[in-house]
Amino acid sequence: MAGSETNDELVADLLDGNHRALARVITKIENRTPGYRELVSALHEHTGNAEVIGITGSPGSGKSTLVDRMAEHYRSEGFTVGIIGIDPSSPFTGGAVLGDRIRMSSTTGDMDVFFRSMSARGSLGGLSTATADAVKALDAFGKDRVVIETVGAGQNEIDIVKTADTVCVLVPPGSGDDVQMLKAGILEIGDLFVVNKADLEGSDRTVMELREMIDGRADRLSSLDAGHHARDGPSASDDTAGRDTTGTHDGETSGETSAAVVREDGTDEHGTLSESEPGSGSENRVTASPTSSPRSTTTAASCRSRVGSNARSGTGTQRRSGRYCARTRVRWSNGRSPPEADSTRSSTE
Amino acid sequence: MSTGQSQRPIRCLVAKVGLDGHDRGAHVIARAFRDAGFEVIYSGLHKSPDEIVQAAVQEDVDVLGISILSGAHNTLVPKIVGGLEEYDAFEDTLIILGGIIPEEDRPALEDQGVGAIFGPGASMDEAVTFVRENAPERA
Repeated sequence: MAGSETNDELVADLLDGNHRALARVITKIENRTPGYRELVSALHEHTGNAEVIGITGSPGSGKSTLVDRMAEHYRSEGFTVGIIGIDPSSPFTGGAVLGDRIRMSSTTGDMDVFFRSMSARGSLGGLSTATADAVKALDAFGKDRVVIETVGAGQNEIDIVKTADTVCVLVPPGSGDDVQMLKAGILEIGDLFVVNKADLEGSDRTVMELREMIDGRADRLSSLDAGHHARDGPSASDDTAGRDTTGTHDGETSGETSAAVVREDGTDEHGTLSESEPGSGSENRVTASPTSSPRSTTTAASCRSRVGSNARSGTGTQRRSGRYCARTRVRWSNGRSPPEADSTRSSTE
Repeated sequence: MSTGQSQRPIRCLVAKVGLDGHDRGAHVIARAFRDAGFEVIYSGLHKSPDEIVQAAVQEDVDVLGISILSGAHNTLVPKIVGGLEEYDAFEDTLIILGGIIPEEDRPALEDQGVGAIFGPGASMDEAVTFVRENAPERA
């Protein structure tokens, strides 16, 4: 029976909402089974509705846990979710232990969260060769949000930027000194930076270093007019439309300056989040979430408009607005909102 | 991994079901399967039969290895088998069982579709060879 279905039947079943067909299609894509290209072609016309979010960061930085919370949050908003979690494969045997699924505890039993583990199968860029096509399958299936969790990334695993609309980079505190922040690679591709495990010592410094890095990025871009995956799209705000017109990949959401630092403790100088008590939940309490379906209002897009305007103003006085922009969209996974984030934002501008 | 392109790796879900926190065996077998070149998805502890079925379907595994040391196999295994049937996934999934399974319970479990049962003392080679020889062929 299974395995003998024709591609047409599989596509029809997939579009019909059959989970097994979706799983089987991804398997065929992953194995490059003869005929898989036709399969992807047939699915292609049904794609384009999902928003693709990439989560990357070093091993143990909390990617899986964040993905779990994001899935929970998306479900609470009524979105269906597809997740692809990629883990490394053995260079010796080709085998792999895929453990990303273990953290998916918030949405257990909910079939509208489709989680698929993938082995990198020898690929070194943080994704597997089949990931982009597997995303298409999830998209065609009708998933509103597709989250890709990369292999635990060091400095150079940046394939995610070609596949995801929004790239979120997790940086745990104490990831090296500020010279690390000067380096090319993974820190260049982030639309959003999350300092996870912010209850650990050194998170303030990490946030500060990231902020400096982002400021430098904005300055550079204001003069160079080029970005890692910039393009001009419908989501560009008045502020920035027309400024970044270099379409370097087909992602719908740009964000060369759309980075923001979010964190959860209450120790910053404005005390915006000081009412929240640390230690009230799991370690991963910050969830950065693009909250609404039209791309024009994703976190990345709206942050870009703010940071973009800062870059234009050329002073440091308003640079913080990018951060608050992101912070207002931070949803707390324990169910609380950051206290008065909105009012703080307006008052500091 | 130059050979992996033409020959697909066997995908295997190593599952812990029910209130059973003994996962050393599951870890050891996951490692052994990895070293044998399989892609192993580990479910994590304390999963319900429904979650295991969901994982097996979504991951499209060839092999479902269930580890039970709690004595609840006569309750849990039928639920998983039933769930797989519901999703049309039972026929082409090889189910193997590991843990403490008394001799007298084995025939009934095998009748329900369990391909093999590996108890204490079973060797890694034995399990790996069995999976290699019996994993369903798929397109």
